[in-house]
Parts: sequence; C-alpha cells; structure tokens
Amino acid sequence: MRIYADNAATTPMCPAALAAMLHCMEERYGNPSSLHTPGQRAKETLETAREEIAALLHAAPRELTFTSGGSEADNQALRSAAALGRRQGKTHIISTAFEHHAVLHTLDRLAREGFSVTLLDVHTDGLVRPEELEAAIRPDTCLVSVMYANNEIGTVQPIRELGAICRARGVLFHTDAVQAVGQLPIDVQADHIDLLSASAHKFHGPKGVGFLYARRGVALTPLIEGGAQERGKRAGTENVPAVAGMAAALRESAAQMEQNAARLIPLRDRLIEGLQTIPHAARNGDALRRLPGNVSFCFEGIEGEALLLLLDDRGIAASSGSACTSGALDPSHVLLAIGRSHDVAHGSLRLSLGPETTEAEIDYIIENVRDVVEYLRGFSPVWRERAEGKAPFVL
Amino acid sequence: MALYSEKVMDHFRNPRNVGVIPDADGVGQVGNAKCGDIMKMYLKITDGVIADVKFETFGCGSAIASSSMATELIKGKPVSEALALTNKAVAEALDGLPDYKLHCSVLAEQAVRAALEDYETRVREKTQ
Ligand SMILES: Cc1ncc(COP(=O)(O)O)c(C=O)c1O
Ligand SMILES: [Zn+2]
Repeated sequence: MRIYADNAATTPMCPAALAAMLHCMEERYGNPSSLHTPGQRAKETLETAREEIAALLHAAPRELTFTSGGSEADNQALRSAAALGRRQGKTHIISTAFEHHAVLHTLDRLAREGFSVTLLDVHTDGLVRPEELEAAIRPDTCLVSVMYANNEIGTVQPIRELGAICRARGVLFHTDAVQAVGQLPIDVQADHIDLLSASAHKFHGPKGVGFLYARRGVALTPLIEGGAQERGKRAGTENVPAVAGMAAALRESAAQMEQNAARLIPLRDRLIEGLQTIPHAARNGDALRRLPGNVSFCFEGIEGEALLLLLDDRGIAASSGSACTSGALDPSHVLLAIGRSHDVAHGSLRLSLGPETTEAEIDYIIENVRDVVEYLRGFSPVWRERAEGKAPFVL
Repeated sequence: MALYSEKVMDHFRNPRNVGVIPDADGVGQVGNAKCGDIMKMYLKITDGVIADVKFETFGCGSAIASSSMATELIKGKPVSEALALTNKAVAEALDGLPDYKLHCSVLAEQAVRAALEDYETRVREKTQ
C-alpha cells in the first residue's frame, strides 16, 4: 500500500489546476505587460484569477498581490506593517511562539532592526487566548500576527475574535493562513483581517506561487524592486500559469470544502482514537479546534526520523514536525511551545490526510505506527529506563 | 535522491548487535534527549578482546546505523584497537553521512569510548 499522509507539507495537484496551467502555457504565453493581443490575453487570465480568488475570500481583486508563495507573503506582510508602524513611531509587534519560520525569522530580523516583539503563549492545547492578546496590546503596537491554523499540530485559532480585538484597538492584524486556505471558510471582512498569506501548493495548486491579501489602505512595501507589475508591489513578470493553476485549485477546494471536511473529520478522529491506544502516546493540540485532516502525536521513548523512515518502508509518507524543520537538530519549536519536553518532542509524528484518504488506509496506518513504535522502543535506552521504573514516564 | 546511502539504510533497517548484555564488563551511555540521540553500549571483554558488544539507541536513522556499524567495527578486536575507533571510520564504513548527520557518528565513537572507560575503571577498582 502507498499512502500519502503529508498533505500539510504539500498536496498533489488537482486535475483542474493542471489543466488550467497546461492551457495557459500553451495558449496564454504572452507577457501580461505587453500591449499586443497575446499579452492582453495573458493579462486577462491573470486578472480573472485575481477576481476569482478575491471573491472566495470576500476581498476585492485589487487587494491581492501574487507572490512566490507563503514565505514571501509572510515576509512582505510583516515588513510592510513594520514600515507603516515605524512611520508612526510604533515599533511593538505581537505574534506567537509557534508561527512558521517565515514569520519567526522575519520577526528576528525586525527585532535586530529595533522592533520589540511579544510572543503570545499558545498553551498546552495549542490555542491563543483572546484575552491575552487584549492584555498584550500596547499604545506602540503596530502589528499582531497570528497564524490561522498551525502547520504542525493543526490547531485553528480564534481568528475572528483576535481580529475584532485588533480592529477595535486600531492595530493591523496579519494571519498566516497557508494551512487554512482551501480547508476552512475564510472571510477577510467578517474575520477583521488586514493582511493574509496563502500558498497554492497547500490546496492542490502548484508550488512556488501564493498571494498576499492586504486590505485597501494598507500599503505594501515591495520586497523585489523592478517593473511595475502587481501595482508596483511585486516586480517581475508574473507567473501566469501558476496563478491560473492556483485559482483553479482554490475554486475546486472551495467547492468541495464542506464535503471534504465532513469526510475527513471522522477519518481524522478514527486515526486519533487508534493511535491513542498506543501506551505513552499523546495527541498534540486541541481535539476539536483542529484542521479536518491533521493528526499530530508524540510517542515517548523513540525518535521521529527513525519512525518516519520505517513508515516510509511500509508505504506511509508522513512527517515529523514541519518539513522545513527536517535537517535541523533542535526539536520542533511548535512542540516546545505547547510545553512538550525535548525528548518527547523528538518523538513526534504528523499525519495530514487528504481527499484521497480512505478508512482502510487509516487502519493500515494505525497498525503500522503501533508496530514501528513498539519495535523502536525495543532497543531504546530511554524507553528501557522508564519501562523499568528507573525514570518517570512523561506521557 | 536518497537521504542516506544504501549502507546506512541497511544498518538502520537491520541493525547488528542490538540489545543488552546483562553481565557486561563495560557500559557507556552518551548523548542527551535535548539533541535527540542517546546511545548505550555494552561490552563483554575476554583476554583484552571485545568478545561481545550490544547497543541500544534512541535516535535518528543515522544514529541507529552509526551505532550498529560501530559495534561491527570493534567486535572481536583488541581493546586498544577499539579505543582508536574514530567517527570518521564509522562514517566511511557507512559510505558517508550527510554533513548535518555527522554528529551521530561522533556519538557512536563516544559511546564506544565511554564503555571502554567504564571497563577500565572497573578493572582498576578490582585490582586495587
Ligand atoms: C503555516 C505556513 N506558513 C508558511 C509556509 C511557507 O509557504 P511556502 O512553502 O509557499 O513558502 C508554510 C509551508 O510550509 C506553512 O505551513
Ligand atoms: Zn542523529
């Protein structure tokens, strides 16, 4: 059996996105900046995509800027809000400890440039508390950035409440919605969102393309200087096929969102229940306020990479922490942020289900994870110590 | 592109000398949970030769493969030779490790050394 359970890392393209891209590459090869007919036809493709995506988010087309993906959108959102804040003498930013590195590393950079950063606690359930945001806002706060849904543990934040607080206090609100777009209904008006980042490859579109929503009146600082593309906010000839693929993918995801969630949630919960029967294992993140397809666990006494490789041998593609974290030596900052100890954080597993996932696959995953965890514990000195009562179990 | 060499995958999938030696003459444990790799080596030493060796590892694929390879490299060897085991020899015997995984082979070298030091301490204590 071959099971792809790493949809939070990236998703396979849907046929509609592929068809839109192929069509675009074959027929819409013009440069959207050109005045001639091929150019204007490419421009039309680009602007139709913008209108479609905007409508799905309850945004206006001119509020969307196409980017190379989620990382660029996060960078630009934070840099722009920081520049606006600096102009008003406001240099305090609030975010959370479990943001994606695209946000956290940009915040590090801004801190070195003189901004002060407060990271909100995400508690053991992986959820930000609105009252703690309220209390953290200062007169010099220029930006609040809280991710819509966490990429590793899948918890969905109370975005509407957080947005309302920011709006009431006159602070810009950014959300990294890379894991949420296409999975959850998003309304930038109702959610009081000023800036939102998205990435196509997380919702069955192509890699290397995404967008930044910036509410009208929120001026963006370009990260790339050059031509006047994207209303001067992002220079460079537009990746028209990728944008067309992204729009097609989002249209499809939006159309199937409810049905998809209704199918995934029971599968997710079946998987969680199954994995919970493994001794000294614990789910990461709140049971209910989580993405429909996200399952995240820590298993005591083993290390995640070994678990992943052995699951891969059995045909299961999963991840341990964020894909971007592999290669790093430290355990996931997300798991540390929800209070997992280092050794337990090393033993993490993320299974992210997709529209293709079946019940038979879920049962196969449960059986094989149980097997491999047991096998690895069989020669783990950490497990032995605890099993023999020489050290306490953590989970 | 494979993450690891065939050799690493072989030792990871079928680790040699896994387990414990209850009446070991030397035991060494290195690493910590913070970095994510912990190795424990057990040695049985007869007439100055590593008669048997077993290991337990909490760690990544290359940590498991490195411990397994290290046990193969020292089994049947005189203590003096085992003491000279380097992480480089372990990594080379595995047909190389990714740069960021070299520390796992260092841990294997340290685990062997720690077990040998424990053995020597015990010998010294016995003769005193
Ligand atoms: C929450 C989150 N933000 C940002 C990104 C980065 O997106 P991209 O890969 O499109 O740059 C990711 C992807 O891993 C993500 O999960
Ligand atoms: Zn390692």
